[in-house]
Amino acid sequence: MRVNFTVNGRPQEADDVWEGESLLYVLRERLGLPGSKNACEQGECGSCTVRLDGVPVCACLVAAGQVQGREVVTVEGLADFARERAEGRATGARETGGGGTPLDRAGRWQATGHDSQAGEGTGLSPVQQAFIEAGAVQCGFCTPGLLVAADEMLERAPNPSDADIREALSGNLCRCTGYEKILDAVRLAAARRSEGV
Amino acid sequence: MAADGAPTRLAQGTRTKGGIGESTLRPDGTLKVTGEFAYASDMWHEDMLWGQILRSTVAHAEIVSIDTSEALAQAGVYAVMTYDDLPTDVRHGLEIQDTPVLAHGRVRHHGEPVAVVAADHPETARRAAAKIKVEYRELPVVTDEASATAPDAIVVHENRTDHHAAHVPHPNIVHRQPIVRGDADGAARRADVLVTGDYFFGMQDQAFLGPESGLAVPAEDGGVDLYIATQWLHADLRQIAPVLGLPEEKVRMTLSGVGGAFGGREDLSMQIHACLLALRTGKPVKIVYNRFESFFGHVHRHPARLHYEHGATRDGKLTHMKCRIVLDGGAYASSSPAVVGNAASLSAGPYVIDDVDIEALALYSNNPPCGAMRGFGAVQACFAYEAQMDKLAKELGMDPVEFRGINAMEQGTIMPTGQPVDSQAPVAELLRRVKARPMPPERQWESSEGTDVRQLPGGLSNTTHGEGVVRGVGYAVGIKNVGFSEGFDDYSTAKVRVEVVGGEPVATVHTAMAEVGQGGVTVHAQIVRTELGVGQVTIQPADTRVGSAGSTSASRQTYVTGGAVKNACELVREKILDLGRRRFGTHHPAWATAELLLEGGKVVTDGGEVLADLADVLGDEAIEVEEEWRHRPTEPFDRRTGQGNGHVQYSFAAHRAVVEVDTELGLVKVVELACAQDVGKALNPLSVLGQIQGGTVQGLGIAVMEEIVVDPETAKVKNPSFTDYLLPTILDTPTIPVDVLELADDHAPYGLRGVGEAPTLSSTPAVLAAIRDATGLALDRTPVRPEHLTGTA
Ligand code: FES
Ligand code: FES
Repeated sequence: MRVNFTVNGRPQEADDVWEGESLLYVLRERLGLPGSKNACEQGECGSCTVRLDGVPVCACLVAAGQVQGREVVTVEGLADFARERAEGRATGARETGGGGTPLDRAGRWQATGHDSQAGEGTGLSPVQQAFIEAGAVQCGFCTPGLLVAADEMLERAPNPSDADIREALSGNLCRCTGYEKILDAVRLAAARRSEGV
Repeated sequence: MAADGAPTRLAQGTRTKGGIGESTLRPDGTLKVTGEFAYASDMWHEDMLWGQILRSTVAHAEIVSIDTSEALAQAGVYAVMTYDDLPTDVRHGLEIQDTPVLAHGRVRHHGEPVAVVAADHPETARRAAAKIKVEYRELPVVTDEASATAPDAIVVHENRTDHHAAHVPHPNIVHRQPIVRGDADGAARRADVLVTGDYFFGMQDQAFLGPESGLAVPAEDGGVDLYIATQWLHADLRQIAPVLGLPEEKVRMTLSGVGGAFGGREDLSMQIHACLLALRTGKPVKIVYNRFESFFGHVHRHPARLHYEHGATRDGKLTHMKCRIVLDGGAYASSSPAVVGNAASLSAGPYVIDDVDIEALALYSNNPPCGAMRGFGAVQACFAYEAQMDKLAKELGMDPVEFRGINAMEQGTIMPTGQPVDSQAPVAELLRRVKARPMPPERQWESSEGTDVRQLPGGLSNTTHGEGVVRGVGYAVGIKNVGFSEGFDDYSTAKVRVEVVGGEPVATVHTAMAEVGQGGVTVHAQIVRTELGVGQVTIQPADTRVGSAGSTSASRQTYVTGGAVKNACELVREKILDLGRRRFGTHHPAWATAELLLEGGKVVTDGGEVLADLADVLGDEAIEVEEEWRHRPTEPFDRRTGQGNGHVQYSFAAHRAVVEVDTELGLVKVVELACAQDVGKALNPLSVLGQIQGGTVQGLGIAVMEEIVVDPETAKVKNPSFTDYLLPTILDTPTIPVDVLELADDHAPYGLRGVGEAPTLSSTPAVLAAIRDATGLALDRTPVRPEHLTGTA
């Protein structure tokens, strides 16, 4: 079947989609957006969290056919989404590639230059920047889902208590950090937001 | 600078920012928060196929027949391979090569690979695999020590020829290590109190979030390029090439993004299967496990049964210790021998005990294979000996921390192996620090707005508003070795290059170290900045074009590959200074002094005065050094007495757990889990905290929820999913205040001490002790589940 929907503000068309394919599979393998992760494909880990018409969902549990005509925001579009929200505009388009991570880019994660300022000047959303600075990223496999979930929570509840943060992120597993630095990151993003930074 | 060489007043240089000791941020952080970081499961190649593995549905059976015809006939299928299609019959394994890449006539555990399929869509591959007909003739299962060593026991691996085979009492024992020191029976007669216990430690899963995955691309020279998530590229290579029948240089490996590891990627998973299919089909092949398969696709932490006896005098001095630790290694050896060595040599804990009688062994069985997981043999022992310490303190009517303090080891203490502890061992101090912390407030669930059930056992299930809730407090401390032990040649290799690009000096570091999330790439750049005074540092992707870095395990990478990077930098610095002396030596007499440094892009004196710009010294020349580096050697343990200087370094952490237990429902809320750890030197304090907190929560998991349940009748895994294997969520996790000590170890680079594992040891027994304190129950197994607290187990 063919599925037409909007991803990060840009109309997308996926062809030859099988009945059983999930939104996660279509994003990762057909649209070249592997940022949403596939840690369990059972709805238990939250690493695939995206927003579907604004609502955070596990993309692995959404059948591709269900997204026909709807809007999806993934981690790849989070920075634009946050910026446009801050500016009060509708979300705009973002270029996407042609499928997965091609090998010539596979080595691209090498560290360069002044990594003590990692993230600066790259137009990250406040919650993305806070995750880097607070040390909330280790292996990073949980990170895309956590970012989408945390960003959505801060949209609803700009001044969350620790218990609120824990409740909002309880569907997202992280095996590396012990969650302390993730809490720090969300607190930092919330504090900056309320200071208007 | 005067050209005639007369001294002039020199300007003062500035230090390079982002060196060791700073909380420099991860260089891969931006890619990881934007979704652009390429994990192994994100790899993509034009025209690639998807591989799928068919696994055994039974634990122990002869394979009567395999019929692949229907699978091969399915549209979209490019290849189906079984044992008969393999290029060699070479087996693989980390220490003992006992593991077939595809089952040969017999399967030994539930989920063993039997056949592989390549197809043009992952679902096609899955459906084709399901069409392969395998006829099994089931065999009785070996599941525990009794069934493994019974007179008529089925031998899991016949005709063993490995180097432990001649020394074990039964072929179903992989390795056995006794340690005897002093006279435990004689010393027992001095004991005023004697305490014994039998403990059980459940099978834990590493549960890294990034599934096993990789992409194999066939090459024109008949070889293969493999992009893979692993912990040790060169150990993989050493095992993969012979199975494929290829020379090592025809298997080129590159590390792709690794989504956590924790020991679970030390053994091979899909590496060879992907290569086989790529070479067979001539097309790139990607394999990605789903979570169900991941539970079968890697080894787990050894479950263990531990028997301990301790004695003490009335004034609280330990007299002796006897223990027997039986680890279940499952169907294949993996790293069981080394886990046995650790369990035995660290079984006495961080205490002074002169008279010990120790035995540790690992079984071959038909249970899932077990191997490396964070803490590696030391975790199981710590759970048991810390329970013993609490029992002894109670018998003696002493405070558990005070009792531990009386017996705490220090620098100079002799280990059961006869090895002296020759650097700082602040065991009593770590305990003192966690104990001195203020307690979290009583009835912390109450606020001005009323009761917050989220802070109570049961949480949002709203099972109590405080009725039946009892608080408990528990302490524990542990000892872990750092680095590979028992005489292993535990080296690493680093290549460091410095050159001028665009007028600025820049450095490049190339190692084969697997970055699995721990932050090694951050630390390498920091070391280069400190040693070479170059701000711009590029870390190259890890691959097999550079020498081995050893494994990202055993808390060793900052020590060993960090040490290799430091060493390579020192050699580069010597070359740079030689060049400088040749070019500018006549300009200033200070060039002749030995103590020149590189800081802030300049050559400076030890007083910080600038002699030259690094860019001027280098000119067009690039200076590059690739060099192996070793820590001091270790020795094997004597097979009979266990004596030997087997370990490189020890690391210590202590925890205090505060829990609240709903005693009616058996629900536990861990309220706080405070840790104190000595790290020697925190090269990156933020990363150190991340390691300690992450390790602490993995210990919390095995205390109250995590366990792979294996059916004792069938040896089949009952809960291979995140629905049934529970991991701590952010709601299950307490605040984790951390106290970091930096007492330098003079033998180690910068005085550092491996950090990653020690916190996983003491976390579990501290939580258990706190639950015992709250409930008064003995609790001799972990994890503790509600039924163990309500008496309904
Ligand atoms: S991958 Fe979707 S919830 Fe885990
Ligand atoms: S950072 Fe590895 S799972 Fe969260």
